[in-house]
Amino acid sequence: MSSSVSSPDKPRTVTGKVFALSDRAIAWLFISPTILLLLAINIFPLVWTIYLSFTNYRANQPGRAIRWVGTRNYERLLGNEDIWGYLQATAHFVLWTMLLQVVIGFGLALLINRNFKGASFWTTVILIPMMLSPAVVGVFWTYIYQPQTGIFSYIVNFFADVGPLDMIGSVDLAPWSIIIVDTWMWTPYIMLLCLAGLRSIPDYLYEAAEIDRANAWQKFFYITLPRVMPFLMLAVLFRGIENFKMFDMVVELTSGGPGSTTEVASINLKREAFEKWRTGYSSAFAIILFVTVFGLSNIYVKALNKVKQ
Amino acid sequence: MRNWKAWVAGAIMSVGLSTSVQAADKEITLCWAAWDPANALAELSKDFTAQSGIKMKFEFVPWTNFADRFLNELNSKGKLCDLLIGDSQWIGGGATYGHYVKLNDFFDKEGISMDDFAPATVNAYSTWPKGTPNYYALPAMGDALGWVYRKDWFARPEIRAEFKKKYGRELGAPQTWTELKEVAQFFQGREIDGKKVYGAAIYTERGSEGITMGVTSALYAWGFKYENTPGKYDMEGAVNSPEAVEALEFYKSLYDCCTPPGHSDAYMVANLDAYKSGQVAMQMNWFAFFPGIAKDEAVGGDKSGFFVNPKQKVAASTLGGQGISVVSYSDKKDLALQYIKWFANPKVQAKWWSLGGYSCHNAVLGAPDFPKSTPFAADFLKAMAGVKDFWQEPIYAELLQSMQKRIHNYVVAGKGTAKEALDKIIKDWTESFQDDGKL
Repeated sequence: MSSSVSSPDKPRTVTGKVFALSDRAIAWLFISPTILLLLAINIFPLVWTIYLSFTNYRANQPGRAIRWVGTRNYERLLGNEDIWGYLQATAHFVLWTMLLQVVIGFGLALLINRNFKGASFWTTVILIPMMLSPAVVGVFWTYIYQPQTGIFSYIVNFFADVGPLDMIGSVDLAPWSIIIVDTWMWTPYIMLLCLAGLRSIPDYLYEAAEIDRANAWQKFFYITLPRVMPFLMLAVLFRGIENFKMFDMVVELTSGGPGSTTEVASINLKREAFEKWRTGYSSAFAIILFVTVFGLSNIYVKALNKVKQ
Repeated sequence: MRNWKAWVAGAIMSVGLSTSVQAADKEITLCWAAWDPANALAELSKDFTAQSGIKMKFEFVPWTNFADRFLNELNSKGKLCDLLIGDSQWIGGGATYGHYVKLNDFFDKEGISMDDFAPATVNAYSTWPKGTPNYYALPAMGDALGWVYRKDWFARPEIRAEFKKKYGRELGAPQTWTELKEVAQFFQGREIDGKKVYGAAIYTERGSEGITMGVTSALYAWGFKYENTPGKYDMEGAVNSPEAVEALEFYKSLYDCCTPPGHSDAYMVANLDAYKSGQVAMQMNWFAFFPGIAKDEAVGGDKSGFFVNPKQKVAASTLGGQGISVVSYSDKKDLALQYIKWFANPKVQAKWWSLGGYSCHNAVLGAPDFPKSTPFAADFLKAMAGVKDFWQEPIYAELLQSMQKRIHNYVVAGKGTAKEALDKIIKDWTESFQDDGKL
C-alpha cells in the first residue's frame, strides 16, 4: 500500500506530469493548438478589421497616422445609394440563382434517381461544370456570349430572330448573364445533394403509400419533398453563402458592368480595399457584409433545424 | 575514405553555390507590362548584358493585371522588381510613398540631363510634384492615344464617291471628332468584301482604366481641365463645364452609333482584335501598338493609315507611356542605376526606336529623318506636343476608379445624363481629396 504512494521528494517525469493532469486539462491541451490557430487566422483578423473600420487607415500609406473616425465609415456606407445598389445586385443574383438551381437541380436529381440506362454516365457529364474554375468559366462564357460569334446568340436567334444578342453589354440582360452561368455551373451541386437525399428515402415508405393508394403528387409532397428538404436546405445554405460573396466569375464575365449593373458587393469591396486602398472604409463594408451573412445564416440554420425535427 | 569523399563533394557544392550566388547578384529584374514594346526592350537589353555582364530578368504582366500586380508589389515593399516601368499616373505615389528612388543626384553625377528628353515626357513620366525638377524616373516609353484606319477601304473609288455624295467632302483621315463620327457612321453596317463592318472600335473597358482613357481623348479635344486653378483642386465648373458635357455626350453617341455589337468592355486588345479581324474601319489605340499594326500580315503595310487624335476645340491627346524607375526596396539599386545610365545613352535610344520602342530622347525625336522613319512617326510627334494626363496624385487609383464607374454608367449602361455623371465625379473626387487632406 505504501509502495503505490510516490515519495514527495522524488522528481516526476514529463510523462508522469501529463498522466497526473485532469481530464479537463488534457482536453485543453489537445484543443489549444487549434484554438491558437483559430485565434491567429480567424479571430484576430476579425477583431483587427472591426478596429480598422473605425479608422481612416490606408494599407498603401503605412507611414500615415491612423486616425480614429468613429462611425463615419459606417455612416458613409449606409448613406451611400451606390452601396444599396451593389447589395441589390447581390440580392438579385443570390435569389435568382438559388431559385433556378433548386428547381433545376431537384428536377435533375429526380430524373437521375430513376436509374435509367446510362444514368451514371449522365451524372458524370452533369457534374463537369462544377469541377471547373469559376475564373475560367467566366472567361469562356464571354466567348459564348459574344454577340457576333458566340453560340449563345446563335442559339437564341435560331429560335427567335432577335439579331446579335449583347448579353454582357446590355443593362437588362447582363444580370441574367451571370445568373445563367452560375446556374449552369452550380446546379449539379444542388442535384448531387438532392440525389443523396432521394437515395436515403427507404422504399417501404413508398410501398406503404402505394397500399394507401397515394397518387404520384401525394407521394412527392408527403414523402419525397419532406425527406429531401434538409439536404436541399443545406445545399441552399452553402450555395447562398458562396453566391453572396461571388467574385471571380463575375469579374471575368462582366467586370461588374455595364456601369455598375452587375457590381455585386464583393467586387465593390475588392475595388475599395485593393484598388482605391480605402482600408478603413472597406473594412466597415466587410463588417456589414459579414454581419448580414452571419445573421441570415443563423436564421436559416434555425429554420433548417426545425425542418429536421 | 567516405569522409574524404564527403569533404570533396562539400567543397564542390560550396564552390558551385557561391558561383550561382555571384551570378544571381549580377542579375536584375525589370518589371513592365506584357506587350510588344516589352519584347523590344528585352531584345535591346541584350546589349546591356553584353556590355556590363549584368543579366536581365523580365517580369512582364498583362495590362489587365499590370496595376494590381505591381502596385501591390510596391505597397508591400516587395523586392521582385529592381527596375519598374510604371504608368505615368504612379509617379505621385511612387515619389510620395518612397517606392521610387529619387534620381537627381544620380543624373547630376552621370551627366544625364533631362533637357535631352522631350519636355512633355519629362513632366509626365519623371517629375513629382509636377513642375518641379524632382526626378523619380527616366522617360522610357513615350506614348499617346492615336487612331488607325483602313486606308485600303478609304481608297476604294466607289466608297469615296458615295462618301463625297453624302458628306460633300473627300473621305480621308478625320481632322475633327465630328468628322470622325461621320466616317464611323458611314461605315457602320456597311458590307465590304461580303462582310458586315462597323465604324470604330473605341475604349469602353470597365475594370481598369479603359473607358477613362477613351473618354478623356474626347474631353481633352473639347478643352477639358481637371481644375480651374492648377493645384487648387477647384473642380466645379471645370470637370463639369458645358464643353465637358458636350464631349461626354459625343463619346456616348459615338459608342451608340458606331461600335461593333458587344463592344461594351473593350480596351487595347479588344480594339486590336476588332481591327485586325476586319470588323471596323477605325480603332483608337496607343501608338505603342502601331509598329505591330504596320507589320501585321492582315492589315499592315498600305492597308492601314494612322492619325493623331482629332481636335474639336483644341488639339490634344491622352497621354500614355511610362518612365523607368529604380525601386527603392531593391537590394541591387547600383546595378539598376547602371541600366538607367546605359538606357539614357542616345545611341541606345536610337536603337530602342528602331526596335519598336518609343524613345523620348531629343536626339531621336529631333532627327531630320524621324518624321518619315515610320508611317506614324510624324503623328506621334504631333500627339506628344499636346498630351494631357489623368491625375497623377498619390491617390490616382481612387480617382480613376470613380471616373471609370461614373463614365461607364453613363456611356455604356446609359444611366443618367452626362452632366449628372460629371457632377458625381466631382463629388467622388472631392471626397477623395478631403480624405487625403488636400481639401
